[in-house]
Amino acid sequence: MAHKPDIIQPKNPVDFSTEKKALRPLKLSGLEPLIITPESNFINVGERTNVAGSKKFLRLINEGNFEEALNIARDQVDGGAQIIDINMDDGLIEGKEAMVKFLNLIMAEPDISRVPIMIDSSKWEIIEAGLQVVQGKCVVNSISLKEGEEEFLSHAKKIKRYGAAVVVMAFDEVGQADNFERRIEIAERSYRILTQKLNFPPEDIIFDLNIFPVATGMEEHRRNSIDFIDAVRWVKQNLPYCSLSGGVSNVSFSFRGNNPVREAMHSVFLYHAIKAGMNIGIVNPALLDVYDNIPKDLLERVEDVILDRRDDATERLLSFAEQVVGTARENKVDLSWRENPLQDRITHALVKGIDAYILEDIEAARQEAAQPIEVIEGHLMTGMNVVGDLFGSGKMFLPQVVKSARVMKKAVAYLLPFIEEAKAPQPPKGEQYWKSADPMLYGLMKKLAQKMRYNNPTHAETVLWNELSNKKLEGYKFRRQHIIGGYIADFVCLKERLIVEVDGLIHQLPENKKSDEERTQWLKEQGFRVVRFTNEDVLDNLEKVMNELASELKKAPPSGAGGAGRILLATVKGDVHDIGKNIVGVVLACNNYEIIDLGVMVAPEKIIETAKRENVDVIGLSGLITPSLDEMVFLAKEMQRQNFTVPLLIGGATTSKAHTAVKIDTQYKNAVVHVNDASRAVTVVGNLLKENSRKKYMEDLKVDYDTFRNNFLKRGKVKDYLSLAEARKNKFKIDWETSKIKSPIKPGIHIIEDFDLKKLEEFIDWTPFFRSWELHGKYPAILTDEVVGEHATSLFKDAQVLLQRILNEKLLKAKAVYGLFPANSVNHDDIEITYKDNSEEKKMIFRTLRQQLKKYEGKPNFALADFIAPKETGIEDHIGCFCVTTGFGTQELADGFEKDHDDYNSIMIKALSDRLVEAFAEYLHKQIRTEDWGYDTDEKLSNEELIKESYKGIRPAPGYPACPDHLEKISIWEVLKVEEHIGVKLTESLAMWPASSVSGYYFANPEARYFGLGKITADQVKDFAERKDVSLKFAEKWLNPNIAD
Amino acid sequence: MSKLEEILSKKILILDGAMGTMLQDYKFSEEDFRGSRFADWPVSLKGNNDLLSLTQPEAIAEIHRKYFLAGADIVETNTFSGTTIAMADYKMEELVYELNYESARIAKKVAEELTLENPEKPRFVAGAIGPTNKTASMSPDVNDPGYRAISFEALKIAYKQQARALIDGGVDVLLVETVFDTLNAKAALFGIDELKEELNTAIPVMISGTITDASGRTLSGQTAEAFLISISHMDLLSVGFNCALGAKQLTPHLEVLSQKSGFYVSAYPNAGLPNAFGEYDESAEEMANQIKEYLEKGLVNILGGCCGTTPAHIKAMADVAKEYKPRKIASREPSKILD
Repeated sequence: MAHKPDIIQPKNPVDFSTEKKALRPLKLSGLEPLIITPESNFINVGERTNVAGSKKFLRLINEGNFEEALNIARDQVDGGAQIIDINMDDGLIEGKEAMVKFLNLIMAEPDISRVPIMIDSSKWEIIEAGLQVVQGKCVVNSISLKEGEEEFLSHAKKIKRYGAAVVVMAFDEVGQADNFERRIEIAERSYRILTQKLNFPPEDIIFDLNIFPVATGMEEHRRNSIDFIDAVRWVKQNLPYCSLSGGVSNVSFSFRGNNPVREAMHSVFLYHAIKAGMNIGIVNPALLDVYDNIPKDLLERVEDVILDRRDDATERLLSFAEQVVGTARENKVDLSWRENPLQDRITHALVKGIDAYILEDIEAARQEAAQPIEVIEGHLMTGMNVVGDLFGSGKMFLPQVVKSARVMKKAVAYLLPFIEEAKAPQPPKGEQYWKSADPMLYGLMKKLAQKMRYNNPTHAETVLWNELSNKKLEGYKFRRQHIIGGYIADFVCLKERLIVEVDGLIHQLPENKKSDEERTQWLKEQGFRVVRFTNEDVLDNLEKVMNELASELKKAPPSGAGGAGRILLATVKGDVHDIGKNIVGVVLACNNYEIIDLGVMVAPEKIIETAKRENVDVIGLSGLITPSLDEMVFLAKEMQRQNFTVPLLIGGATTSKAHTAVKIDTQYKNAVVHVNDASRAVTVVGNLLKENSRKKYMEDLKVDYDTFRNNFLKRGKVKDYLSLAEARKNKFKIDWETSKIKSPIKPGIHIIEDFDLKKLEEFIDWTPFFRSWELHGKYPAILTDEVVGEHATSLFKDAQVLLQRILNEKLLKAKAVYGLFPANSVNHDDIEITYKDNSEEKKMIFRTLRQQLKKYEGKPNFALADFIAPKETGIEDHIGCFCVTTGFGTQELADGFEKDHDDYNSIMIKALSDRLVEAFAEYLHKQIRTEDWGYDTDEKLSNEELIKESYKGIRPAPGYPACPDHLEKISIWEVLKVEEHIGVKLTESLAMWPASSVSGYYFANPEARYFGLGKITADQVKDFAERKDVSLKFAEKWLNPNIAD
Repeated sequence: MSKLEEILSKKILILDGAMGTMLQDYKFSEEDFRGSRFADWPVSLKGNNDLLSLTQPEAIAEIHRKYFLAGADIVETNTFSGTTIAMADYKMEELVYELNYESARIAKKVAEELTLENPEKPRFVAGAIGPTNKTASMSPDVNDPGYRAISFEALKIAYKQQARALIDGGVDVLLVETVFDTLNAKAALFGIDELKEELNTAIPVMISGTITDASGRTLSGQTAEAFLISISHMDLLSVGFNCALGAKQLTPHLEVLSQKSGFYVSAYPNAGLPNAFGEYDESAEEMANQIKEYLEKGLVNILGGCCGTTPAHIKAMADVAKEYKPRKIASREPSKILD
């Protein structure tokens, strides 16, 4: 590089040698902190709340529609923007007023103001006005030396006093920096002034080194992008702690109107700029292609331009761009990877989840390999390791990993028969199975072994041999100084493949330590387990050593196939939900773990028994409904009672770290971990099973859960509760004199058999579908999300394919039963209904629970009964209840896919089935509102509004926040005869089977609303038990998750 | 390094307890509040505790003395509401300078007397700067979330005026306290920083926020760490929390500060949570017992009490704190590498 000044050292600099690259992250804050370290991923600044960048935002601000403008801000935060840039610089807008008004409104919206704000303006008065209304630490965008040093200093000084970070543009009195030298000259000067004259914290400086267009046809613009990238690199290396940012879309300015080329240019530019050190950027995620997805020919031409690699780069890109113009982005099937070497092809197929050629490639690999098992352990594992690394580093997403697993499974299924066939016949009885030495080395080793055995045993070895020789240890035969491969083992029990090493002082030397590790590694690969003791262990605590050995011998050796370890997974007794568990299983299997999946509704005895028989290394329990929590507690107790030592993983929608820490961790002395997503599961299990880290990790876990528990219990006690009597006094009061009460048009019980699923398509809420695949974001924005958009789109496409099959071939059956009944609330919290059972009039009482948390003045303590007219008013009110299902057929389809080694579609069908039943519930509720009950006949709501629950009346479901008590399902089943009519059953934990079913109540009163019950206290539990005529213990069991500590 | 900083590096400093709780015992009447000077003041003055520095200075001095004798190293001036903004309720905006100046002098005089008696234990005065009764980043009107009852500029001017009077009156350190809206605190810090430059003084500044409920956030919605980041641009002596919670409930939030802050950490919680009658009834022993957890974990450098605490509480805490070493800070002030 031409220009190479000294690294700038601030006055009185930190002593880097002692502070060792002192951590000085850029810290920002909204309501929550944002800490940007050198390890942080690229920080994306939301740019749509910028009147210069978004026409829609400009229009809304111009029209004074700040409400709608707020939604843009919210969407950006929901969509993953970590900072939002706000700019009101427009000739027609009163910039200062608009900035202050908008920021004030944002401050009142915690879901937006949780992230830091970037106050963006070219006018200082607007920036300062913005700084005066935001409590968090903002970023000012921007200041520069344009108007000279004096003004630069005065603004920077104020920014420091307001407590903000600052974007510094590469601009000075002469003009804007447009080449490498000018960029670094201005950056260096600005940095020097800020840090030395103002003591401005260097980590609060963010340079914007000006991104200019390339491929403009002007010779002097050729280096625009490469100069920027080089300057970024220089600044990163020479100006410690600062960040680098920029507006990316400028670079492609000359290709306006040609989005495919622009997208490619943005990606390529960012790819190189980020590598050079750019860590923050204003990027429109919709205008960004995935680097790896750019067609090769386009990529090459774009890179030529961005990196200024050829004299004719611009011409070549321009002429190529003409072909790309207008053609919608379409991924041509690129088969060039088929030309690559075999291993690359297999890796590619696994990473991309392409199964079209896998059997062909596997067969080729098998023919090359000496043993068919080598294809699994070699080719396939090599590929899966790449998948694991990509997933672990966040470059691959769950749906892809599950697709990879599908390819893997197909390959393994193909190989299995060959492996069976190739298995060498078992040696006949009496065969010398101890011949484990490497024949080449055998002679040499033998001499050494003999020497060791007779001449040189340490005292400790002699002592131990005394205990092990002649099958003294519970009949296990041990050998001494036995040669295995290139190593000599101190002691070995060949039958159990257990090696015992006694380490003297010599092993503590670093060199020896390394070779010990290598040796252990090699022995493990050969299927041996290695136990190490020190001389002191043997001499001072022989009994402990012998006990450990005995218990180690009784453990079965690690399974060969699963390699990394064996994991038992189960959805606990009474629970039927398994999507999350299945995903965790697939992902762990991809990481070379052997999975024993016991399925759903698994009894604790079966879990315990299987765990023992199969000698599993980890047990994972899953559950979705609240009674499952108790099942998990029970299992933990049982594991403790039976002296289990394996780690216990807890997952599923209803589980939480809090519950795990408070209720489960305390029951089991060994590791208990709450794991709620698949990517974390891999890391956690890895740490739990890694020989050298597991002990420390488990101890850390215990401490972590202990601290968490203590903090949690402390905060829990701060809450104040009302007595049930007080809470009832503060009930929600509807003025029954004036309240609109409508009698149902079609009272009584109705059954829908074989409903046409096609009607449900438009009612589907897709957002939770993506969440179940661990892709986070709102539909449809998620399809164009910068990070996960590509994967979301591909997943959505696959989902559509399967959905259309379901709809066209009627693969699932949708049924419903519902009823609308005369009802009144009685005794404050109960609802009495009248219904007909075979024309005989019967009464049923639904019990509801009342909030007891002490509320702010004027806020009532709700119970669902408050929404129904009390009997004493003399008014006849109504209530409805329902059960819908789309689950019939799901399990069969899933089983079919699994048989085909297609976990991807097996999980997909369950996820879709869940969406369909939710859609069905939505559909039926609408029909109730507008037709059957008919209290809201003019309702016109879009699907979005339905999802937002903008309708009148509610449909709370037992087991969910307003009525967390699952027991009421029994009453609903009795009234509607659910099982008789549509076949949906209740398990012992009151989960519904098939899993894709929804049940609940209908309340029509316009004042009815959703609420969360929260915690209740002992008096209500007692009252509930008395009202329901059940024992207090029974009531406590079922209400447990909601009882305040 | 100021004298305070020097001592802080060696031991845990003890701050005083509640002023209001102590004043309640005097059962001052409207006439007592008014004294002769304000006998004809047009509005009721009962409850204007800051005014007692002018009308009942002996009582204020006595309370300061009691806290010092209980073991406090620092007492806070009787100026919690000493801004034009908070004094507007009593139409006493014009008296703000005098109130702060006199309050500082009263406390300083007691401190000096006791330091003279026992030079081994120097006593200090912190100029208390309260939150005012208005918030800069929240609307008081739920129907108009964009409305603000006070501006940054107005807050800055008011705080700066109070700080100037406190410094003129002789305080050793300024304490911006009971911060429930970080933006108010930022305005105070902004004003103080301007003032320090104008007066060319290096008076240390302490800040103490308030976590308002079990959610672990300030009233304006920030987490403890976000609060810390938002005020760390100033060269502070200490950052901490006071009021709203008892010692026990405050622990997790202090842990955050203790872990993340390069400044010294202070805590002066209430005497427990209010009981059904709105009174704070945690005894001195109970509170000292709770404080032990802070000390064992090495969370704090400065300890004291807020609502409901008395000299007995302070004595109990001081006795416990003696046995422990103060929290260590890695580098005294991380943003201060470039003098």
